[in-house]
Amino acid sequence: MAAAIYLNVAVSGVLTGLVYGLMALGLSVIFGVVRVVNFAHGEMMTIAMYLAIVLFGAFGLDPLAMLVPIAGVLFALGYAMQAGIINPFINRPEHSQFILLVAIALIIVNVLLIVFGPDARNVQTAYAFDSFLLGPLIVDATKVYAGGASLIVAGALFAFFRFAPVGKAIRACADNYTGALVVGLDVKRLYALTFGIGAACVGAAGAMLVLLFDVTPALGPALTLLAFIIVITGGLGSMPGALIGGVLIGLTEAMAGLLFTPSAKSMFSFGLLVLVLLFRPQGILGKRLSW
Amino acid sequence: MVKRLLEGASRRGLALLALLLIALLAAPWLADDYVLTVLIIILYFAYTGQAWNVMMGFAGQLSLGHALYVGLGAYTTAALYVHFGIGPWAGLPVAVAVAVAAGAVIGFLAFRFGVGGVYFAILTIAFAEFARIGFDHFRWVGGSSGFFLPVANYTSNDLWNLRGDPTMFYYVMLALTVAAFVLCHVLLRSRVGYYWQAIREDEIAARSLGIDTFRYKMYAVVISAGMTAVAGVFFAFYYNNLFPEQVFHISRSIELILGPIIGGIGTLFGPIIGAFLLTGLSEIMQELLTMLGLDAPGAKQVFYGACLLVVVMVLPDGIWPWLARRLGVTEPKR
Repeated sequence: MAAAIYLNVAVSGVLTGLVYGLMALGLSVIFGVVRVVNFAHGEMMTIAMYLAIVLFGAFGLDPLAMLVPIAGVLFALGYAMQAGIINPFINRPEHSQFILLVAIALIIVNVLLIVFGPDARNVQTAYAFDSFLLGPLIVDATKVYAGGASLIVAGALFAFFRFAPVGKAIRACADNYTGALVVGLDVKRLYALTFGIGAACVGAAGAMLVLLFDVTPALGPALTLLAFIIVITGGLGSMPGALIGGVLIGLTEAMAGLLFTPSAKSMFSFGLLVLVLLFRPQGILGKRLSW
Repeated sequence: MVKRLLEGASRRGLALLALLLIALLAAPWLADDYVLTVLIIILYFAYTGQAWNVMMGFAGQLSLGHALYVGLGAYTTAALYVHFGIGPWAGLPVAVAVAVAAGAVIGFLAFRFGVGGVYFAILTIAFAEFARIGFDHFRWVGGSSGFFLPVANYTSNDLWNLRGDPTMFYYVMLALTVAAFVLCHVLLRSRVGYYWQAIREDEIAARSLGIDTFRYKMYAVVISAGMTAVAGVFFAFYYNNLFPEQVFHISRSIELILGPIIGGIGTLFGPIIGAFLLTGLSEIMQELLTMLGLDAPGAKQVFYGACLLVVVMVLPDGIWPWLARRLGVTEPKR
């Protein structure tokens, strides 16, 4: 019986981890190509979550069905941010980019605070308490849908970067900035596209995460940190690494919550991060800029 | 000694510096309690910004987890005071030692394994967050429900135990700020300072010239951590309450580094100018928004963020280098 509990928690951790992984994938894509660390990543995620809540509250639209539209909105937001604000900062030092994105994050958190107030919000779907029985396993239906959808979105993204001409062009920019300019690629526009794609990942992940836990404006910075941990654990700039890192962190948090106390669970993620940084700074799957 | 300190500064610069110092010394007679409290906060950020600047501005190592050192300093002296009755000044060396040890561990691990740039920055966040959650579960110092220093109504200022009115705290903080300024000035023009700047500009080149980059980067982390811990001691005895959620939170680390970045990284006046501008701006914003009836929670931060955005877009090197040119004073150059 005890083993079944562990197994249940592990499965639930892995499924949540897949959603985390999708969020981190966005960060990884942005860093891998644009070379900017998006310190407003979690804050953008809370925008997506509130969007899902508003759509559900006003029109009764299911967040899972709204996944694509929400990702679309975030894509537009990301594209505008990169094209309008971040592009001039591409060649500035890291700390300068950092301040820029921290300022953006500050604005997002507090605009959300003004609009929605500090209270926790969530979405109550009809299937919120459904579960699947697989032998001794009881798996939350919501988590299965969310994990599955994350895999599909991530798969689509892999295919895009591997096969689509634009995806290849973006990879070219990441591989060799000057080379990409020489062959006539519009690097600035491709950067904006990339940031948009990263933001779209966050949008999709946010639409699903709203099913898994409550959102407050203050959740943003915590999610940003979570995304950092995952991406660095998996390997900054590596797409499969982000997913694997997400699953690993989801699993670690779930297990730590079960074995110790839930409030100390992120300590274990940070511990894992420290270990990875010390012994394999490039991350589990990281080579510089691999796809 | 004094002559060496003043060497290289322009006459005009020195006059302005003297004026600023006199104004700050006279402030308690001129300002009311509210302004004095704001000035204390400004000096606090000027001090911590100066301490952070040693690591980032001088040696080029970006730390985003300086709240860790503030927190360690604060908790160490507070615990010594509450549990053993050891006063803040006697506790200070212990607090500094604890922070220095933490800085040394982080620096050693990171620099040994060649962790640098963004990775180093995130490692520093990780350690601060680790401490935050750790202290949340550290019952001996109150855990997540907070740690409180005994407060009573003090009739006289007790400098020895750091108990007293705002004027006393103001002068303590002013003394610390001046001391940090002088220390940084000396450091910047010492052999170590030049090594740091070489490392900041090009680490590989610095190493190929025979600079032991590991050792000098360690010095930067350790000195910066120790200086920051002193601010933590002040923090504990000024506010009298410590919550891990507040003390170690990443927003504390960010708050602390905004001043020097806005003011001008790697400069001596940058952290001071930055602290005045940001804290001043934040207070003015509060007044203005209250007057306009817009004091919704968060409104202040939105404007603050917007101002930050504008400054970093328009003046990428920070305000001081630009202001210095305007005033016709040049800082002993970096």
